[in-house]
Amino acid sequence: MIALEKRAQPSRVWAWATPLLAVILTLVAGGLMFAVLGKDPVAALRTIFYDPLFDAQFASYSRPQLLVKAAPLILIATGLALGFRAGIWNIGAEGQYIIGALCGAGAGLALYPSDSPLIFPMMVLAGALGGWLWAMIPAILKTRFHTNEILVSLLLVYVAENLLASMAVGTLRNPDGGGFPGSRNLSQWPAAANPELIPGTGAHWGVVAAIIAVIFAYILLQKHLLGFHIRLAGQSPRAARFAGVVPERLVIFCLGLSGALAGLAGIFEATGPAGQISIDFNVGYGFTAIIVAFLGRLHPIGIVLAGLLMALTYIGGELASFMLGIPIAAIQAFQGMLLFFLLAVDVLTNYRIRLGRREVRA
Amino acid sequence: MIRRRTLLGAAALAALATGAFAQDDKTKVGFIYVGPVGDGGWSYEHNQGRLAVEEHFGDKVETVYQESVPEGADAERVMTQMALSGADLIFTTSFGYMDPTMNVAAKFPDVKFEHATGYKTAENVSNYSARFYEGRAVQGLIAGRMTKSNKIGYIASFPIPEVIRGINAAYLAAKKVNPDVEFNVVWAFTWFDPAKEADAAKALIEQGADVVLQHTDSTAPQAAAAEAGNVITFGQASDMGEYAPMPRVSSIIDNWAPYYIDRVQAVMDGTWESKSTWDGIAPGMVEIGEISDAVPADVKAEALALKDAIASGETHPFTGPINKQDGSAWLVEGETADDGTLAGMDFYVEGLSGDIPN
Repeated sequence: MIALEKRAQPSRVWAWATPLLAVILTLVAGGLMFAVLGKDPVAALRTIFYDPLFDAQFASYSRPQLLVKAAPLILIATGLALGFRAGIWNIGAEGQYIIGALCGAGAGLALYPSDSPLIFPMMVLAGALGGWLWAMIPAILKTRFHTNEILVSLLLVYVAENLLASMAVGTLRNPDGGGFPGSRNLSQWPAAANPELIPGTGAHWGVVAAIIAVIFAYILLQKHLLGFHIRLAGQSPRAARFAGVVPERLVIFCLGLSGALAGLAGIFEATGPAGQISIDFNVGYGFTAIIVAFLGRLHPIGIVLAGLLMALTYIGGELASFMLGIPIAAIQAFQGMLLFFLLAVDVLTNYRIRLGRREVRA
Repeated sequence: MIRRRTLLGAAALAALATGAFAQDDKTKVGFIYVGPVGDGGWSYEHNQGRLAVEEHFGDKVETVYQESVPEGADAERVMTQMALSGADLIFTTSFGYMDPTMNVAAKFPDVKFEHATGYKTAENVSNYSARFYEGRAVQGLIAGRMTKSNKIGYIASFPIPEVIRGINAAYLAAKKVNPDVEFNVVWAFTWFDPAKEADAAKALIEQGADVVLQHTDSTAPQAAAAEAGNVITFGQASDMGEYAPMPRVSSIIDNWAPYYIDRVQAVMDGTWESKSTWDGIAPGMVEIGEISDAVPADVKAEALALKDAIASGETHPFTGPINKQDGSAWLVEGETADDGTLAGMDFYVEGLSGDIPN
């Protein structure tokens, strides 16, 4: 007989061991899935996890790409994690990411073709502001009218996507683009470009911003009273009230900060790797960041590791897809397994497994 | 300074690439698809072209592909990785891959690129597309003859010239045989999203449309029409023959195989040159899928006659007099549209209602 027994305190050991266990279980189950598909599981896993980092043919290109792909994930997940810790659920980072990119790009393009060095910083500010404003909608609706921020922020993603489509074919469309949708190429406009800062590393300003955000979040959580309030509000809302936490302010702060960070990620992407505002500009960073936040245990350092791991599965997954002919759906299922196993083994953090007969209580 | 560094980086990448494809003498051909190969439409047909290349060249060729690649930064990475893996020729099969293709091509001067449905070229980048509007005219004729409600629904994807051209061509042909016909265009803002496409089809049918045309790639509108009954549809990009004879009464089939085989051969022979290709019904790039028995024999004969006339060059789907939607003159009596205007078409012709979103 196997029984689960609730722990008095969540296990600290398991809190850190479960992500590792989840990764191992994913490797095993994923390998099985690849084998069932008729692919060599070892070759598949090697292509996903080893080749992008060390293969002579690809690594010099893939390794920097790891940072390019991980930076927006880490930037967004860091903001989300602060809110998640306080029990404030911003599910709409994807929308804030889009609006950040739109505001930033719009602010810059309004001054095209200026070559002022102030253009890029201004676009970054506008991007952060845009993400912040979009997140203020669920925040204010929650504090004023007690709406559910999960629903409001999620549904605003779809509003943002339609705004994006409208902007890409309308207001922000490249007038020299022959009637095709999509803005001017921002990465080819030096005043607005977000280039690789050190050649061969993939590091652009978004990577710098992600590192700063992680350090800032770490200090905030560990050393600052506000960080203590965030943790307290998540663990025990009643105790938090007694400690003088104003829940409304916390909602505004957490949603606003995560929105601003998502907006930053958006504008760095639009001016850098993506290069332009197009109808399909958003590729799911805002949603994947939720997985990254949880995989990283809502801890800034954990998020960095989780973001890099997630990026690796994307880049390696693409390699495996065309090198070995693995369907892309299998790669996505593989990524999904990671979150699934993490949530499944999370039980171990809060529960103890008891083998043997359950004692009969008198 | 930054620029020089980028160039140096590019040179290093190119050197790597050259080293990589010297390893074997097989010609390696890569394909990048915007949808899953099982979409039953656009990407499916490109993949059929890839399989035809494999069958034609056998051991002399190796093909690789990547499906469901988002247009943008991810596409650029996938292309680069493919080039690094030693591909000699890469087909990028969606409009949104245009700038990524140009960027990657600049880094790999020895790799040839072929971009579908765009307008940019470079020393090692060709572009190719099909004159789908010729097939749209045939569809429009059948639609105009078949509709009883005189309401034709049209699921459009993105407001780009290719799509607008298709709407105009279908409308002109329908109007010619049925002056009372009305078009109701829904913009789905996606190439492939079965749920969205099904919703669009249902909405159009509820508003009275008994013919639904689609410029999106899934078979979801066909399924929605089958469910509604008494609504006809046309296969898009692929035959979608599993929905024949009703609701699918005909289709436009993109046949990329001859072009792909031709271009791979050119790379093998060392005769590949950058060019722009825009082929239609005549060379077989656009095919009209079998017109089913749900269409009366006389309508079928009329449609096939139009198809032959377009193929022989006797009829052009855009022949004046045609006015633009705002009433201004576009083509005078007997004048046919030039390719430049068609390639950049951003207006509706007179008679169509609604606005092109922008």
